[in-house]
Amino acid sequence: MIDIERRRVLRAGGIFAAFAAAGLLPAGRARAAWNKAAFEGKTVQEALASIGAGAPATSDDVQIIASDIAENGAVVPVQVVSRVPGTTQIVLFVEKNPNVLAGIFDIGPDVAADVTTRIKMMQTSNVAAVVKADGKFLASVKEIKVTLGGCGG
Amino acid sequence: MANPMRIRAAAKDGITEVRILMNHEMETGQRRDSAGAIVPAWFIQEVTARLNDKDVMSAQWGPSIAKNPYFAFKIKGGKAGDTVSVTWVDNRGESRTDNAKVT
Amino acid sequence: MAARTGAAVAAVVAAIAVAALGVAGVAQEKDDAAKSIEAYRQALKDGNPAELFEMAGEELWKKPAGPRNASLEKCDLGLGPGVVEGAYAQLPRYFADTDRVQDLESRLLTCMETLQGIDTRAHVEARFGTPRKDELVALATYVSGLSKDQPVKVAASHPRERAMFELGRRMFYFQAGPHDFSCATCHGEEGRRIRMQDLPYIPGKEGAAAGWTSWPAYRVSAGQMWSMQWRINDCFRQQRFPEPVYASDMTIALSMFMAATANGSTMATPGIKR
Repeated sequence: MIDIERRRVLRAGGIFAAFAAAGLLPAGRARAAWNKAAFEGKTVQEALASIGAGAPATSDDVQIIASDIAENGAVVPVQVVSRVPGTTQIVLFVEKNPNVLAGIFDIGPDVAADVTTRIKMMQTSNVAAVVKADGKFLASVKEIKVTLGGCGG
Repeated sequence: MANPMRIRAAAKDGITEVRILMNHEMETGQRRDSAGAIVPAWFIQEVTARLNDKDVMSAQWGPSIAKNPYFAFKIKGGKAGDTVSVTWVDNRGESRTDNAKVT
Repeated sequence: MAARTGAAVAAVVAAIAVAALGVAGVAQEKDDAAKSIEAYRQALKDGNPAELFEMAGEELWKKPAGPRNASLEKCDLGLGPGVVEGAYAQLPRYFADTDRVQDLESRLLTCMETLQGIDTRAHVEARFGTPRKDELVALATYVSGLSKDQPVKVAASHPRERAMFELGRRMFYFQAGPHDFSCATCHGEEGRRIRMQDLPYIPGKEGAAAGWTSWPAYRVSAGQMWSMQWRINDCFRQQRFPEPVYASDMTIALSMFMAATANGSTMATPGIKR
């Protein structure tokens, strides 16, 4: 029988708050709650505003490594490498997706500013990587074409 | 219990390269099933990783990350025999943690 | 007169040069596209979600199940009971214990029946993508992974194997269904493609290998793991043929035709496809 108080805490703060309240989070694990506003942004501008990024300048030090053409939009490998010193965050957007913000990667002191993942793309679109370094935001954009697969393979 | 991830961690020249394959639908909440009903959104929202109990990496994801997500990053440090531990939590509150030894 | 002709010739030459540049431009575009797609395919190979199915299949292989509460660990896939490594690369083959030529998936059914005491009719009838078929696909993925990089050794030397090969070849060219398609309609001529996918020429070694050594494969478009039986089943659907019975002789015959034609090539399973 679930305790009424606990149920309220769970609804209010989400599962992490409940864990923290119950002392279940190991010490030192200060975790940001899932940034709902950013992930529900309908445009790149909205999502950028939600993470406090405004209008980032483009930079050659932010590199998007991905094939120009994805044979299928369901799985598109993307690597983002930032050579900007003091990078603390890498944020990945897919401009024409219904869910524009794909992911936010926290780059702590123990990892390189170099992440690889796979996104899904609804159609040919710009993919943008925004990097936060020393409180400033820098960006890079790459168009990835999505082809329609055939019946084979 | 959610399905296991596949984690590979290899140390070379002071960097531990971690490559993970997660087993998850990453449903966007946009798709309709054969009866026309919306398939509810179901996706990993948070990923965290530790090297021997020390937090090294965290990420927030949305449903634009592909199904059966692949995630690779590089830890500064680490050596063969260390343990890399990865946890994901999804929007339903389900979670999965798997470990791997660094080779 | 000579000057005008010279000018005309020059104009024609210029026109051809421009046209040639145009053609070269298009050819360059096609080249870049092909390279891009190849880069995409390479990027997918590291971290093939098929590995998740290999893991699931290994668990199923080792898990006691059925009325006999036994695992599949004593299953004979052709190299002796319990020998999984390299077995997929030597299938289909003739098995004396069942007096049949069998492929991997029919052999998995045999082992589920004889070792575990399971009535596999429900597995045969289950639709692809439902739990019983998922089990077989996971098992097939696991077994195939243990033949990765092994040479295909299917010589079809046993008379029953040869007979299956011939049956498979006949089936390959057999036109049927409302569109009068055969396998050869798509796979019977070099250089064919459907939209972006090249269609391998299966009667030749290279084409047969392109097909045979890369299934089971994870299809990213569907987010599904497909075994060779599933791939054959879907080919029949695309040809508007009646649905083949899972692991029936006809499907084994087609596999034998492909595998023996691919003899000597290298297994690359499990694969990954668009």
